[in-house]
Amino acid sequence: MSLLSVRDLTVKFAMRDQTVTALNGISFDLAKGERLGIVGESGAGKSITGFSLMNLLSRPGYIDSGKILFDGEDVVQMNNKKLRNLRGNRMAMIFQDPMVTLNPVLTIGQQMIETLMAHRKLSREEARQIAIVKLREVYIPSPEERLEQYPHELSGGMRQRIIIAIALLLDPQLIIADEPTTALDVTIQADIMELMLELCQSNQVGLILITHDLGVVSQMTERTLVMYAGRIIESGRTREIINDPQHPYTQGLINALPQQTLPGQRLKQIPGNMPGLVSIPAGCAFNPRCKYATDFCRSRVPETEHYGKVEVACHEVQRLNSDEDRQEAQA
Amino acid sequence: MSTETLNPKSEPSRWSRAWNSNMGYSFRRNPVAVVSMIVFLLIAVASFLAPLIAPYDPYDPAQIDIMNSEYPPAWINGSLPGFILGTDDQGRDLWSTILYGTRLSLLIGICAVALQAFLGISIGLIAGYVGGRLDSLLMRLADIQLSFSTLMVAIIFLAVTQAMFGTDTFNKYAVVFLIAVIGVAEWPQYARTVRATVLAEKKKEYVDSARVLGFGPMRIMVRHILPNSLSPIFVISTVQVANAIISEASLSFLGLGMPPSQPSLGSLISSGFDYIFSGSWWITAIPGVVLVVLVLVINLLGDWMRDVLNPKLYKG
Amino acid sequence: MSDANTDRPLLEIQNLEKRFDLDQGFLETLKFKQGRIVRESRSVHAVNNISLEARKGEALCIVGESGCGKSTVARLVAGLLTPSAGEIRYGGQRIDNLSRAGMQPLRKKIQMIFQNPYASLNPRMTIRQALEEPVRHHNPGVSAGEVRDKVTEVMMSVGVDPSWAKRYPHEFSGGQRQRIAIARALTVDPEFIIADEPISALDVSIQAQVLNLMLEAKESRGLTYLFITHDLSVVEHFGTRVAVLYLGSVCEVADTQTLFSNPKHPYTRALLSAVPQLKDDRPNHIRLKGEIPTPINLPQGCPFQSRCAFADTRCKSEKPKAIHQPDGSTVACHAVEEDRLEAVAAG
Repeated sequence: MSLLSVRDLTVKFAMRDQTVTALNGISFDLAKGERLGIVGESGAGKSITGFSLMNLLSRPGYIDSGKILFDGEDVVQMNNKKLRNLRGNRMAMIFQDPMVTLNPVLTIGQQMIETLMAHRKLSREEARQIAIVKLREVYIPSPEERLEQYPHELSGGMRQRIIIAIALLLDPQLIIADEPTTALDVTIQADIMELMLELCQSNQVGLILITHDLGVVSQMTERTLVMYAGRIIESGRTREIINDPQHPYTQGLINALPQQTLPGQRLKQIPGNMPGLVSIPAGCAFNPRCKYATDFCRSRVPETEHYGKVEVACHEVQRLNSDEDRQEAQA
Repeated sequence: MSTETLNPKSEPSRWSRAWNSNMGYSFRRNPVAVVSMIVFLLIAVASFLAPLIAPYDPYDPAQIDIMNSEYPPAWINGSLPGFILGTDDQGRDLWSTILYGTRLSLLIGICAVALQAFLGISIGLIAGYVGGRLDSLLMRLADIQLSFSTLMVAIIFLAVTQAMFGTDTFNKYAVVFLIAVIGVAEWPQYARTVRATVLAEKKKEYVDSARVLGFGPMRIMVRHILPNSLSPIFVISTVQVANAIISEASLSFLGLGMPPSQPSLGSLISSGFDYIFSGSWWITAIPGVVLVVLVLVINLLGDWMRDVLNPKLYKG
Repeated sequence: MSDANTDRPLLEIQNLEKRFDLDQGFLETLKFKQGRIVRESRSVHAVNNISLEARKGEALCIVGESGCGKSTVARLVAGLLTPSAGEIRYGGQRIDNLSRAGMQPLRKKIQMIFQNPYASLNPRMTIRQALEEPVRHHNPGVSAGEVRDKVTEVMMSVGVDPSWAKRYPHEFSGGQRQRIAIARALTVDPEFIIADEPISALDVSIQAQVLNLMLEAKESRGLTYLFITHDLSVVEHFGTRVAVLYLGSVCEVADTQTLFSNPKHPYTRALLSAVPQLKDDRPNHIRLKGEIPTPINLPQGCPFQSRCAFADTRCKSEKPKAIHQPDGSTVACHAVEEDRLEAVAAG
């Protein structure tokens, strides 16, 4: 049985004069210990997905319909007591900005020990010992001293390590990481990624990695969802998606990277912008930016279908591929 | 070349833009603000139309009959028909006098705040933008000014001028003196607020961009930084108008403001104060209520505006 | 220097230094130490003795991690900051000590694009006002029609529909705003553009659009760029030459191809290996110990020594000088100079 199973999740935002749909019928599964990447640009709904999984949405956002089954229990229907037990204990979240996540007026030790004592029946000393073990796990030198320090005394990379340690504190089954390395420098980012990979593998922790960086997804995850304007448009094994993307948007996203073009040449850009939530076009949301779009694309929302080795939501995926084959045959 | 599409709707008018903006929306949703605005507009319009709607002209001695003095308002026995709110000690129609008085109070309040704003904004902009020694100097000046209370400065200044020019000349130019003294005494409020916003705005990239384009400091201050510092200026302006009206009323009450022949709300309250124990409470009470209501609605509007324009609550 | 026009680099930076005082004012500099009050002012050494040059038509990229002083260099060249020491020359003329009036003719030639498109446009000005302002300022006496034509032309060239000119910046997306910011810089027909992380605040698909736009402008207008970024894949694509900065010092300067095919400085190598790769999923990066020290107390010797696997006693005491390499690059590293790197790698 899968650890997490999301079915037809729809999230809406009540705006001033209208209600907009931020997530539109999202469905996916996550096996125990699996690492899943959610990729998309800003406004695609990837962070909202992360928040809804823990039922953390706050007004004006709300879960309109759908199920989030975590270990067989629906997170959407849980009462506050159950939710508290879920958050932190069984699911943990890592955010982009380490400075905002840590409370600046409490020492690292206070934050870790109090989290532990709130969830487990432990003495202060026992909690301290666990905290030290966890800090050691994320390769923090001299953890006993760190416990006495305040967040501002530590560097960005160190803080993000501590946040990972706090996320792992209660041995959760799933970690949701929302752009965990975006605020960090490249060399530090590489370290943190390696660390997260190692911890997830050795502790059999599931990971949902939300990011805009295809390189990070490629190195960290086994499976990937690509989101666009509140829908999943392509999903499958990360390798397949990176090497042979099927949806025109995924193709565009990968081809737009500077690595994909010879230096000095024009990059293969996707024209236009991601639509705002209030102005999602009819039919396939990507149609105004898609060079393959037909009238059918402009009127009907494509269903997710199995195509090749991935699931893809595109009317034209077949034609697109036969075109490519023909071009290759001609070349 | 990219083909970006933004639906080519027609440009909305200024009015509908304001109505649909965040501010317009929160205004419509806030009954306190709406009621305050209505009351304020009623008072303001009525007082500025005083010459048209007042039945008598309180400045015209020919229309005043001392024999009519101290008649009670219309709902009390013994009132004289034609005087809705009764008359004051000099026989002036209280309703007309209050209208004219409110007009004076508002005028002095708004002009004094305009003067404060002019001084404070200029000094604050320069201090914040130029920085360094000049900033320290100007802000120390502001601190010194603030350490004297407005009323104290005003009392000393007005008492001295009254003694210097004599009561007649003073009474003639009382409006100007009041505006000047209230205006000058309170500029640091503006200067400090503006300086703080300028310091925050100065760090933003659009200011750097203007500097790289070679614009002069004057242009950057006035065209670029000032329009982006307006929100806090609006907020303190409302509070300052209320404060200035109270200051004016206090000074007039103390006999250092408007003369009884040209009464503002403050001097009206003051002139009626002598009669409050002889039963003619309305001469003090009714202008007092008007003053309280006026100041209250302005402050309520200021509160609402502060909530809406608070950059911490609203990011845009 | 036979022919100043062809031989001389467009931009020359010589021994540039910038310190920011942390303790401003007399009272803040007073500290209580060992029972005595001493006067001591700390400062951030943001840029330390940097020398660089950019030739006409080049795209010189400056890469480095946060706090390495790359933005400070950009702001020094743009004249937004004044250097603590050193010289900046543009077209042979010294520009770091010019008055505002003296700088005025250069303002038309040197323009800057900023990182955050949400902050670099004045929110209270319409697009038209924002674009017309520099044209009017630098061409006094130009008729309203000509100004309008110029603005329309520039808007078209960056792919912004001129009919949107009446709108305010908040009505546009980040990518469109960055286009408008670029348009604003182009209104004065500059020849040199300083771009401080111009695409790092944008989405991937929009990054490509803006980068293409900048390449287009480079070709059609013969622009020279000073491009500040932390993103190495962008450097590889966009730059003709690269300078790698670490803690306010230049580690390595090389042609883009040379740098990416044959990085020499240990820091450059680590940096290159740390970029997440799309196609191969085995992260195989050179792990750096520790993190960038603060630029308040700079270490003696090589700035990179605390994280370098090759550091020895010489690195801890003597700051390495930039040494020219046979392939045209310049590297500041004792280990490269002594040929220790390959020896360690082999052994």
